[in-house]
Amino acid sequence: MPISDTTTRTALKNLLFNMADDCLILGHRNSEWVGIGPVLEEDIAFASIAQDKLGHALALYTILHENFDEPDADTLAFMRSEKQFTCCHFVEIPTQEYDIALMRHFLFDTADHLRFQMLTESSFTPLAQLSRKIQGEIAYHTLHANAFIRQLSRGSEEAHFRMQTALNELFPLALGIFERSEEENQRLQQEGVFAGENILQQRWLETIQPIITQAGLTLNTSVEAVLGGRQGYHTEYLAPLLEEMSEVFAEDPTAEW
Amino acid sequence: MNSFKENTLEASIWDALLEVSDPEIPRLSVVDLGVITHVQVDENNNAHITMTPTFSGCPAISYMQNAVRERIGAMKSFAEIDVKVSFEQPWNSNKITERGRAILLETGFAPPPKHEGYIELSVLEHIACPYCASTNTELQTPFGPTLCRSIHYCHNCSQAFEQFKPVV
Repeated sequence: MPISDTTTRTALKNLLFNMADDCLILGHRNSEWVGIGPVLEEDIAFASIAQDKLGHALALYTILHENFDEPDADTLAFMRSEKQFTCCHFVEIPTQEYDIALMRHFLFDTADHLRFQMLTESSFTPLAQLSRKIQGEIAYHTLHANAFIRQLSRGSEEAHFRMQTALNELFPLALGIFERSEEENQRLQQEGVFAGENILQQRWLETIQPIITQAGLTLNTSVEAVLGGRQGYHTEYLAPLLEEMSEVFAEDPTAEW
Repeated sequence: MNSFKENTLEASIWDALLEVSDPEIPRLSVVDLGVITHVQVDENNNAHITMTPTFSGCPAISYMQNAVRERIGAMKSFAEIDVKVSFEQPWNSNKITERGRAILLETGFAPPPKHEGYIELSVLEHIACPYCASTNTELQTPFGPTLCRSIHYCHNCSQAFEQFKPVV
């Protein structure tokens, strides 16, 4: 179904940018493990997950290009200013150590998997079709994340401590995934485009909780969400990331690859 | 409804596409891989071909798109050739043809288990070994050398092997 109403189109466009920017930036962060993963299999796993994320960003930017008169995917990815990005702070923060990388992978990809599952029902056909494709791919990400969260958290005392610390540190940032404009969220719900960030957040909590319990970790949910990313306010880490990511493209935007 | 001539031309496109390979497993054609979702010749003699990637991040899709355009162009039978990539009919691993599955096996890849729209990922734990057919195997990692392949180990013939992953 074509979405013609202007308010709904704006809300949908913002949703697509939020999703695409999250995938692009986290894809870049995941790719930082290439060559330095703790074991070969994990190096390849993070490289593959990064490649999937970039593929998802590409497909979402392509929907924006084809349906919303936006520039092509490369231009959207490499030529926008920091302020024009609407990724959440959660995907921006540096990769640091493997505990942080794994916990972010678990928290983000569980939400991403559920989001794409919900969007398979979207009244906006291009997004529904893409979501049917993507949710099958992300099943491999959550399989990987769940296995490692359980194993590492039940490892040595130090491993358990580090996974618990990573969870405590990242949970408020992860809540930023669901930052929303209530008005736009309601509009998308009414028009059958997306069941909404509030429902997604609820399902996400219900999904991560059993894994966290099996891992022997504890989750304190009474914390403040870190917000601002969806409005274009970012951490100090995004600008240098964008500069690094677009360095080659900016050298000669017309180059053929 | 297509005319007889258009149907024959479409069949000739399908035949020609059997000669376009998956760049990563060259014995496997794009037809047997299941990435060609639609072939149509219109009344103005334009060829329209729709493809879909195995994984949305597959870097080989534009390479395959060009290869399809070149191969059909070489037929010199059509006014225009339009090859588009679409998610309208997304790929899933059941789209690999029976011939494709046999080729995978001969090439040393375990074909993906057939599914009914849902995959219990525990099936990955005991995939049949493409060398000795034993199921005394284990999943080493769901992420292999390309997005569509996982890595396994066979305890019967002590051989590592790859599987073409099942995807719904």
